[in-house]
Formats: sequence, structure tokens, C-alpha cells
Amino acid sequence: MPSAPAGTLYRGREGMWSWVAHRVTGVLIFFFLLVHVLDTALVRVSPEAYDAVIGTYKTVVMGLGEAGLVAAIVFHAFNGVRIILVDFWAKGPKYQRTMLWVVVGLFAVTMAGFLPRHLMNVFGGGH
Amino acid sequence: MSTTSTSSPLAAPRDPYKRQKTTRSNYELYSWVFMRASGVVLIVLIFGHLFVNLMVGEGVHAIDFGFVAGKWASPFWQVWDLLMLWLAMIHGTNGVRTIINDYAQRDGTRLVLKGALYLAFVVVTVLGTLVVFTFDPCPPNALDYQLPSFCFTGRP
Repeated sequence: MPSAPAGTLYRGREGMWSWVAHRVTGVLIFFFLLVHVLDTALVRVSPEAYDAVIGTYKTVVMGLGEAGLVAAIVFHAFNGVRIILVDFWAKGPKYQRTMLWVVVGLFAVTMAGFLPRHLMNVFGGGH
Repeated sequence: MSTTSTSSPLAAPRDPYKRQKTTRSNYELYSWVFMRASGVVLIVLIFGHLFVNLMVGEGVHAIDFGFVAGKWASPFWQVWDLLMLWLAMIHGTNGVRTIINDYAQRDGTRLVLKGALYLAFVVVTVLGTLVVFTFDPCPPNALDYQLPSFCFTGRP
């Protein structure tokens, strides 16, 4: 029974799981992008059509969905910078695991800044 | 003995040795570079987009036709959104293309999935581009309260 070689960069652990998360968030963001361009295109139909559809983005369920979308984008963005550093920075592969925890830390800080503001807008009513 | 006498003349004896003739282009290299270059630009464009649309003022509650009209009255946001549309669509399509190549094993499955992907890319990108370029912030069929205030400047 051959065992997996130790120390391989992308086999198990943080390296592989961040790769999985990067794919999952990427696909999520892409499908939202398709929908988002189509709903924005309604400005060419009429102001009523656009306002009606964008009104559904202001409900609580969609507001929570937006929070999840922003979380996916923030992770994908910071982990993307980590991937670039692994590829182009000489010490990138050595510090790839450390950099993932930096990504997680920056993600937490960014979401801590975004979530209270956004959730107040979602649950506070606004209009 | 007969084997040495049968001469099969070499077509071009001075041809340089090639392990295998490659017919590939550098397409995958350029795609790899593009993902990194566009990714960096998209971080700026999308973080700016999210901040202006979700964090400033009333956030998502402030978004309506007048909000969009107010933004696209400025060439700055037109260029911003157009660049964001194109880079995000190419970046996302290329990412999903990679995933299809990784997981769809049958040739037919890959062909169908990538066909649908490229069709979606063309439809959404062309539609989005037309919307940014042909948008009228003060359409004649709109009610006054739906429009941004600058539609009424100069009106008696």
C-alpha cells in the first residue's frame, strides 16, 4: 500500500482545502454574475421593471444571501492574492500555509467591518 | 544481408531532432497569466463596486433606477462597470472552463458543457455592454419620482 509522499504542496490539509474553497466560491460568484448582469439589464426595459426586481434584493432572505456572496468574494480575492504570491514570490511555497491563515485573518477583519453595516441596512428597513 | 541493401532514403537527413512535433500554442500559458493579472484588477474594481453600492449611505436600500442612472451619467462609472463586466466574465468563464476540463471526462459532456458556457458568455457580455453604452438615464416613459434629479434641470 503506497503512502502519500510527505510534504507535497497540494495534498490534503490547508493547501488542498483552500484550493477546493477557491473553486467553490469561484463557481458561486460566476453564477451570481450571470444573474446580476441580467437583472441590471432591466434598466433598459423600464424603471418599473428594474425597481421591481431590485426590490427583491432588499428582502431579509436576499440580504443574508448578499452577505454570503460578499463572504465568497472576499475569500476568493484574498486567497487569489495568496495564489499569486505562491506562484511569483520565491518564498511563497514555503509560506503558503502561513499565508492561508493571514487570508483567514484578513477575511475575518473585512467581514467584521462589512457585516454590521450591511445587516443593519437589511434588518433596519432603510426606507 | 538483404536488410542492408534495401535502402529507404531519409526524407531530410539534416532535420533537427524533435522529441515530438508540437501543435500546441501558448494558449494555456496566456490564460494562466490572465487569471492572475485580471484577478488583481478585479479586486480593486469589485471591492470599490461593493463599497459604493452596499456600504455608503443606506446600502442596498438606496439602489433603484435613479441610483443606477446617477452612476452611469458619469463616464467614470461607465468605464468602471464596463471593465468590471469584461474582466469578470472572461475570468469567470475561464475558471469554469478549467473546472469542466478537470471533472467532465467524456468528450461529449465536455463539448456540451463548454458550448453552454461560451453561449452564456457571449449573451451576457454582449447584453451588458449594450446596456452600458445605450443606457438612457431619463427615459420618456418613466414617472418623475423614478428619475435622478438631473433629469429635471432646465425644465420649466
